Amino acid sequence: MPVFTDKLARMRLRGMVRKEFLQIWRDPSSIAVAFILPIVLLFLFGYGVSLDARDIPLGLVVEQPDGDTASLVGAFRRSDYFSPVIYHSIQQAQVDLAQRKIDGVLWLRSNFSRQLLDGGESPIALRVNGVDANQARLIEGYVQGVWLTWLSHQAGLQGDVLPLPAVLEQRVWFNSALISRQFLVPGLLAVIMTLIGSLLTSMVVAREWERGTMEALMVTPIRIPELLLGKLIPYFILGMGGMLLTVLLARWQFAVPLRGSFWLLLLCSAIFMLVALAMGLLISILAKNQFVAGQIAIVITFLPAFILSGFIFDIGSMPAAIQVITHIVPARYFVAILQTLFLAGNLWPVVLANTGAMLLMLLIFLLLVRRKAHKHLE
Amino acid sequence: MVLQHIFALIIKEFLALVRDKRSRYVLIGPPIAQLLIFGYAASFDLNDVPLAIYNEDSGATARQLISQIEGSPNFQIVGQVHRDADIAPLINERQALLVLHIGPRFSADLLLGRSVSLQVILDGRNSNTAMIALSYLRGILFDFNRNWAVQRGQRGPPAVLEVRAWYNKNLVSRWFIVPGIVGLLTLVVTLVVTALSVAREREAGTFDQLLVTPLRPVEILVGKALPGVIIGIIEASFIILLALYWFDVPLRGSVGALYLGLLLFLLSAVGIGLMISAFAVTQQQAVLGAFLFLVPAVILSGFATPIANMLETVQWLIYLDPLRYFLIVVRGVFLEGDSYRLLLDQYWPMGLIGLVSLVLAGWLFRHRSY
Repeated sequence: MPVFTDKLARMRLRGMVRKEFLQIWRDPSSIAVAFILPIVLLFLFGYGVSLDARDIPLGLVVEQPDGDTASLVGAFRRSDYFSPVIYHSIQQAQVDLAQRKIDGVLWLRSNFSRQLLDGGESPIALRVNGVDANQARLIEGYVQGVWLTWLSHQAGLQGDVLPLPAVLEQRVWFNSALISRQFLVPGLLAVIMTLIGSLLTSMVVAREWERGTMEALMVTPIRIPELLLGKLIPYFILGMGGMLLTVLLARWQFAVPLRGSFWLLLLCSAIFMLVALAMGLLISILAKNQFVAGQIAIVITFLPAFILSGFIFDIGSMPAAIQVITHIVPARYFVAILQTLFLAGNLWPVVLANTGAMLLMLLIFLLLVRRKAHKHLE
Repeated sequence: MVLQHIFALIIKEFLALVRDKRSRYVLIGPPIAQLLIFGYAASFDLNDVPLAIYNEDSGATARQLISQIEGSPNFQIVGQVHRDADIAPLINERQALLVLHIGPRFSADLLLGRSVSLQVILDGRNSNTAMIALSYLRGILFDFNRNWAVQRGQRGPPAVLEVRAWYNKNLVSRWFIVPGIVGLLTLVVTLVVTALSVAREREAGTFDQLLVTPLRPVEILVGKALPGVIIGIIEASFIILLALYWFDVPLRGSVGALYLGLLLFLLSAVGIGLMISAFAVTQQQAVLGAFLFLVPAVILSGFATPIANMLETVQWLIYLDPLRYFLIVVRGVFLEGDSYRLLLDQYWPMGLIGLVSLVLAGWLFRHRSY
């Protein structure tokens, strides 16, 4: 851009950046937003958001205790997934299931041991609370796992093997222990940084309009690109500071492996931070007052980043029309990059495609900002 | 309390909210659009999971297994792999979530009555998705095994676990999420309406004027709180109707119990919003405060991930979140058919949060110094 080559322009830009830094310094809430907020949120969510169930309260109904049932109950007690509650009648267990005291009931009927010997159809039945369908499916899988392990152990005791024609042998790449935190923490990073980025800038231009200081800026020789850059640069520096802190926290506090390059991660983060800041700037230019800017920022940044970014809900399973919409959520690209760089490594096709998309979004946002920003009164 | 005073203040508050065209859009447009978009987007169920097949076996049995996978709505076969080296690029570039490897002796060993193992390689970058896909595949394999045994007149697979899910027979994830969105969006809208209302007047200086009018602080509090509650009830009702008639989520419990929960929930949300607003000196701080409350309140509410999985300290903290109680109410009434008695434990904490925060907000109106 030719405007920045001449000395005066550089001077004006420097002045603008200085003014913004002074403003940030005097109302330190921006500093808190950039540094403290991301750390607090990552701590809270890193320990709070998890899809790994532990100690699920599972009712075990034992109608007729004997050696077999005792051994099966023992298998459930040893499992990390369950903390079993023993019942002697299905009625009481069902009451507790209805009152949400337990998440599921495993019913060992009185003929359990006999049926087991006969190879009968189903000596045991599982009832789960299906309200949380995902959790219910997990519980089902875990119960199935304990049950099959126990069966093959029993068969082994009798010198037999389970009659299973084909068995599945799983190999999970990138996260072999299936720890949900390892993919949730990088995703949370993207959600948190979307918030921080747009929060930092969404109010700043609206504030100038509302306080009337925009008019003061208008009569200075500053040009629009200088004005916008002057707003972006200080917040970019702040935002990257926060970003760095959260990345370190993810790596060292939450032990997410960083298999890709740290510098590549930093570069992608910088681009994403610019996108988020530009989005906030656009909101603040369109809104003209802080009231509306605040409302828009709350409504359109947080929930889409949470639900449409693919950080927790699989984008590939959404209806086609919704998948199209996810393309305008910048966090979507950043989530893909973060999950790949953290867990899988420098996979260039994934990184390049998503970085390209972020750059395109940045360009569009900047063009829109440039078009909508003007230095005259209405 | 003079009703006339409160009424006048409510009218003024409504005017302040809807007079600005952009502000009006924010209240009406996004919640509806978001319900529709999120209702379809937020689901743990997987459709058309991209799966690649690496088949080294030429027998008919392997083909039979593959055609069973093809017939499943959960999977979509996106390609064939012919060499080990081709697996990595497919998974790395996310073209396939899983690759099923059928070894060269699959059919032959099965015919000999041996147990054969199949390998499946999964992209674990999202381990939850990987686990769900795996459970779908296990289901298909289970059917395959049973058919195989039946065809050969062999002893069937070992005792089957007979599973029945209450309240949500087919385990549709949407039934869990859409009622949750009722709570989510209602909280966002109410907070947006209330969190800035006092801070804006503070910054403009009109709040001082309000304080010197004959209005008593209680009247100001009620006048500021009611618009939020009214807008919340209207929005929530609209979203509930959409959940019922657009997304076909069953409503099995008592509508009265749902609305009692909604009212208490709105009181607590409005109370917290006003408290933030009364505490903030500038609008920027109010927006910040709203975010600071909203983001953890939503993410940790149990909307998507169970509260029981959280670290214990976080679980304690979340007792302060009104959304966690309302989510249980709304899901309980929709799916479990709950009535008042079962929901008592959810009602009183919301009422308490509402009461404490409203009293605190009213106190802050007068005593917050600049």
